[in-house]
Amino acid sequence: MEKRLLKLRVNGEDYEVYVEPWHVLRDVLRHELGLTGTKQGCDTGYCGACTVLIDGKAVKSCVVMARQVQERDIVTVEGLGSDGELDPLQQAFIDKFAIQCGFCTSGMLLSAKALLMENPHPSEDEIKEAIMGNLCRCTGYKKIVEAVQAAAERS
Amino acid sequence: MKPVEFLEPETLEKTCSLLAKYKEEAKLIASGQSLIPMMQQRLFTPKYLISVRNLPGLDYIKEDGDALRIGALTTQRTVETSEVVRRRFPILAEAVHAIGTVQIRNWGTIGGSLAEADPTGDLPPALLALGARVKALSVRGEREVPLDEFFVDYIQTSLELDEVLTEIIVPYLPPNTGGTYIKDVVRAGDTGIVTVAALATLDGKQTVKEARIVLGCQAVTPVRALQAEKAAVGKSAMDDLEDVAEAASQDADPAPDVLGSVEYKTYLAGLRTKQALHTAIDRAKS
Repeated sequence: MEKRLLKLRVNGEDYEVYVEPWHVLRDVLRHELGLTGTKQGCDTGYCGACTVLIDGKAVKSCVVMARQVQERDIVTVEGLGSDGELDPLQQAFIDKFAIQCGFCTSGMLLSAKALLMENPHPSEDEIKEAIMGNLCRCTGYKKIVEAVQAAAERS
Repeated sequence: MKPVEFLEPETLEKTCSLLAKYKEEAKLIASGQSLIPMMQQRLFTPKYLISVRNLPGLDYIKEDGDALRIGALTTQRTVETSEVVRRRFPILAEAVHAIGTVQIRNWGTIGGSLAEADPTGDLPPALLALGARVKALSVRGEREVPLDEFFVDYIQTSLELDEVLTEIIVPYLPPNTGGTYIKDVVRAGDTGIVTVAALATLDGKQTVKEARIVLGCQAVTPVRALQAEKAAVGKSAMDDLEDVAEAASQDADPAPDVLGSVEYKTYLAGLRTKQALHTAIDRAKS
């Protein structure tokens, strides 16, 4: 089957690649665009390590067909922060020791980012619900929740 | 994912023609939140995927004369947060809220989820309790299917191989009706152990005139808990509803699995039915 032209807008930049049409978004981001910040965890839409933003909403990119998101704004972890400055969320994760192995971190940051964009001062329960779809095997989640609270307070 | 032909029709009409042409060799893919993992696990290996996620004109929530009409491609998140859904059908807002996690609901569609007819799905019990129906379109025309004729078997609906689900129609509830949806999980975001959708309509004496109780995760399709519904008639907020719980345990028909034994699941079905009915009665009163 032949490759097809795929146009994606990622982190504010327009990309054109030729790929087979059956690829999921995560794989195109990682293998075609070289944006490996988005991780491959469970491959079944469970763990959330592949979370990206599509039009400002958190979505698991391993269960999204790349061809279906051509008209949309995609943000990966590489798109957080600007001009060499970390996003306040990223800084808060560092300050609160919310990162151990780092594998869940990209997804966690984007789920948190989507939450704060919609709800700048979330309650603890709202934070927990927002990261419900992001599994972490290291931290026990407490420091991650604290980091999101800290980021919300700082803005 | 394994190589598969990926077709991208631009209209509903073209979609129906493709389905008519390829029939069992093709599968419609809306958001793919259920289908993609199933294909990764080789549960489905269609030759053609027909992408419908971006078809125009199917993303809406409309208040009609006697029913709410929801387009099949409306995202679950849109339905969950809709003011009119929360006001008219809290049971539906609660059921959609219970689906997966927020990422799934941001991209997943209400029609796609319903057509998948997962026995552990949250939409089927709530919509069945609400007496909803769906519109199905094919090259042969359009028809409406009431949901009590829709769920046939494990992930099988009464849709023909060449039909597309286009709309969900939810009739408005009579006055003095309240409802709720309860989902039991081990961990947030998990598949349900037991789910209950319960609606109760009260008479002038504030006792149950009619109840609709549907159990999910209990069989290969959602189960109307008919004995529990009968036991609910005449009950008020003051009753302990133990016999309704007993009846629901009888109506439940679960298979044992990693989430629980038959005894545990039928006990839970009874307990949650009792609790759901209490809430439904309280909401119906206010």
